Amino acid sequence: MLFFILKRLSQSILVMAIVSAVSFSLFNFVGDPVNNMVGQDATREQRVEIRQQLGLDDPVLTQYTRFLGNMLQGDFGLSYRIKRPVDELIFERLPATLELVFVSAIIALLVGITMGVYTGIRRKSWASRAILSISLVGVSLPTFIIGIALIYIFAVHLRWLPSSGRSGTVDLGWWKTSLLTVDGWRAIILPAITLSLFQLTLILRLVRAEMLEVMQTDFIKFARARGLSERAINFRHALRNTLVPVITIIGINIGGLIAFSVITETVFQWPGTGLMFIQAVDFVDVPIMAAYLVFVALLFVLINLVVDILYFVVDPRIRLGD
Amino acid sequence: MHFKKLLTVSVAALTVANPALAENVLRWTSQGDALTMDPHSQNEGPTIAMNGQIYESLVTRDAELNLQPELAESWEAGADGWTFNLRKGVKFHDGADFTAEDVVFSFERANHEASDYKEQAKNVTSVEVIDDHTVKLMTDGPNPILPNQLTSIYMIDKGWAEANNVVAPQDFKAKEETYAVRNSNGTGPFALVSRAPDEMTVLARNADWWGEGMFPGNIDKIEYRPITNAATRVAALLSGEVDFVLDPPLQDIKRIESSDGLGVKTVAQIRSIFFGMDQGIDQLRTSDAEGNPFKDAKVREAFNLAIDKAAIQRVVMEGLSFPTGMITPPGVLGNTPENDPSYGFDPTKAKALLAEAGYPDGFSIQLDCPNNRYNNDEKICQAAVAMLAKIGVKVNLDAIPKAQHFPKIQKRETDFYMLGWGVPTLDSHYVFSYLLDGEGSWNATGYSNPRVNEITTAIVTEIDIDKRTALIDEAWTHVKADMPYVPIHHQVLAWGIADNVDIPIAADDAFRPRYAVMK
Repeated sequence: MLFFILKRLSQSILVMAIVSAVSFSLFNFVGDPVNNMVGQDATREQRVEIRQQLGLDDPVLTQYTRFLGNMLQGDFGLSYRIKRPVDELIFERLPATLELVFVSAIIALLVGITMGVYTGIRRKSWASRAILSISLVGVSLPTFIIGIALIYIFAVHLRWLPSSGRSGTVDLGWWKTSLLTVDGWRAIILPAITLSLFQLTLILRLVRAEMLEVMQTDFIKFARARGLSERAINFRHALRNTLVPVITIIGINIGGLIAFSVITETVFQWPGTGLMFIQAVDFVDVPIMAAYLVFVALLFVLINLVVDILYFVVDPRIRLGD
Repeated sequence: MHFKKLLTVSVAALTVANPALAENVLRWTSQGDALTMDPHSQNEGPTIAMNGQIYESLVTRDAELNLQPELAESWEAGADGWTFNLRKGVKFHDGADFTAEDVVFSFERANHEASDYKEQAKNVTSVEVIDDHTVKLMTDGPNPILPNQLTSIYMIDKGWAEANNVVAPQDFKAKEETYAVRNSNGTGPFALVSRAPDEMTVLARNADWWGEGMFPGNIDKIEYRPITNAATRVAALLSGEVDFVLDPPLQDIKRIESSDGLGVKTVAQIRSIFFGMDQGIDQLRTSDAEGNPFKDAKVREAFNLAIDKAAIQRVVMEGLSFPTGMITPPGVLGNTPENDPSYGFDPTKAKALLAEAGYPDGFSIQLDCPNNRYNNDEKICQAAVAMLAKIGVKVNLDAIPKAQHFPKIQKRETDFYMLGWGVPTLDSHYVFSYLLDGEGSWNATGYSNPRVNEITTAIVTEIDIDKRTALIDEAWTHVKADMPYVPIHHQVLAWGIADNVDIPIAADDAFRPRYAVMK
């Protein structure tokens, strides 16, 4: 077991190194940050000087090694744009992103599983057909269109909810939360729905497919023959057996939610890490871009590691094959 | 007894609560948040806009862009510098007095290595203190337009800066943020109450401001919320969550105008959009033509005549632009009704000119264009590509983000490019020295007319205003004939404003809350 985890960990470190190297080499194509850092009336000499100060003219490999060295010492540098330490900026904005991801994961799970079970059992009712057709919208429409549509319906026309921003935050000292106030909840509903829609559809369709399959199996027929109630069959026997693949998917997709919150956060001006990343790309704020990509890679790697370990615990066949 | 006590308490509560109810809160938004509260660290639009409400300069501009006294009450030119009489009784937000030594300190700070304002501040070589409320800003020889160059050099308190270890603006090598990045202490009409970057910045009226009662503005509190996404920004205005959007996208203007309780104000912006043609290099980099066709004035004229500026205004800009024949807009000293009209649109003549120059079948060339900087920048380029195709010039469009586009111009690595230019000093020298002088740092055209270069130098020190203006006009007449650029139009600014507030629009795109009146 310990050996397995160590092996996985060393693989993860390799993945991290590759991801950071690839993303770092991409920064050479994003453009020149200096132009954004000084006014249009700065002279050519001033621009050259700043390039030298920042070491932008060094070979990519030198820049990368320097970045890695600093990072291993816990120094992610100072943002070019905001001139504040990058790790501080990321941790300041992480609560907003994590709360958004948390709420949208809950929505995706609750609604996705409920509807999945329903459409799996009553697969011929018109409600099931309607749900399935509408769910197509969830997978096919891009997030920003869904977001803008929700804003125009619920904020501009009905005026029920705020159009953007995060409000009603309470500072707990180590965490700024917006989940303790009505204002905060009003602000999080639309972005959370927008972010959850894709995952929700995925879970719905997965649960439905699994339900359809499980309902055909012998043990369900046997349970029916035993005279168990429909309720017991559907929820105690059928649903439980569908959840194994669903949990796997969810585990992987939580990482995806954090990474893809970039677009949702931009549409709703949600002050999380994704919004900060987009602004960094616009400005060519290399320290923030580098730290953010490393952070997301780390997240994926960690989640995969946990999933792998869970498999190891849950499924004895993996242990044998190892 | 108890009842009486209760009554007194309630009355007291009411008197406290009442002014709060009557408070005029202005909620507004634009695309970007200020990057820092340090007034000398970032020479960038949203940062200047935010700091300009908290900090003040010696001289400022009103909404019509006329020079107005701010921390100086009057000023006078001399042969070696300008004397400024400072306003008396001005206090910083922390209560410290504003005196001559703060002026000395502020100019030193703005001139510091790490300052982003040193290009403007370097015009002041030193500051001589005459008495507590009189200073002389020394210049290197006579400088006729010094006050124009001072409007965004903000005054900061020496004692506060020393106490908080922010004597210098933050430089790029620093490892830690300085105190001034998130704290401020100005003399302005508003003081910083709270700030959450990219979320909300709240400013409150400074009751001790020197200008209290001298301006029409009646705003008590300003809530600024940056919204990056343009559609979301407009939605916030439509839903009544904000009263004012500084930068609604042009395609949403009609939508805002047709909404109840909302209006749009427009004005010609101090920014012109144009194409540059590299006529200096011997062999173009991206063309199939032998040598450099742009060296021939006929080719440059053909390009100017081939582009239908009126069609771009009508179709691409939905009317929101002013077609022009100059690369600097009205409002800047040097733009004249004689030179401003565009070169016109005459594809037949353009084709004939190309043939005369030896390119009857045209040639190919790459047009470098930004896609996230100016109003409809990429669409303007696309329109130009189609128009030039009609005279036989095959243009390959390369539209890329500004962070990649602008270095091409600075390194002079582009044959044909789009650029826009704003003029903070409202004086042609700012245009000549960067765009037309042979050595200009943004002049990638290779254009170098000895007479224009000579005038660029001469107007720096010419203090006879009539003579100076005549020189500027002469230089523009040369430029008009030489055609180093293809001027397209002056941009139009549009602000979306709720009917319950009156905000005068200004051509420099700056929000001036001291003139904003809530009804």
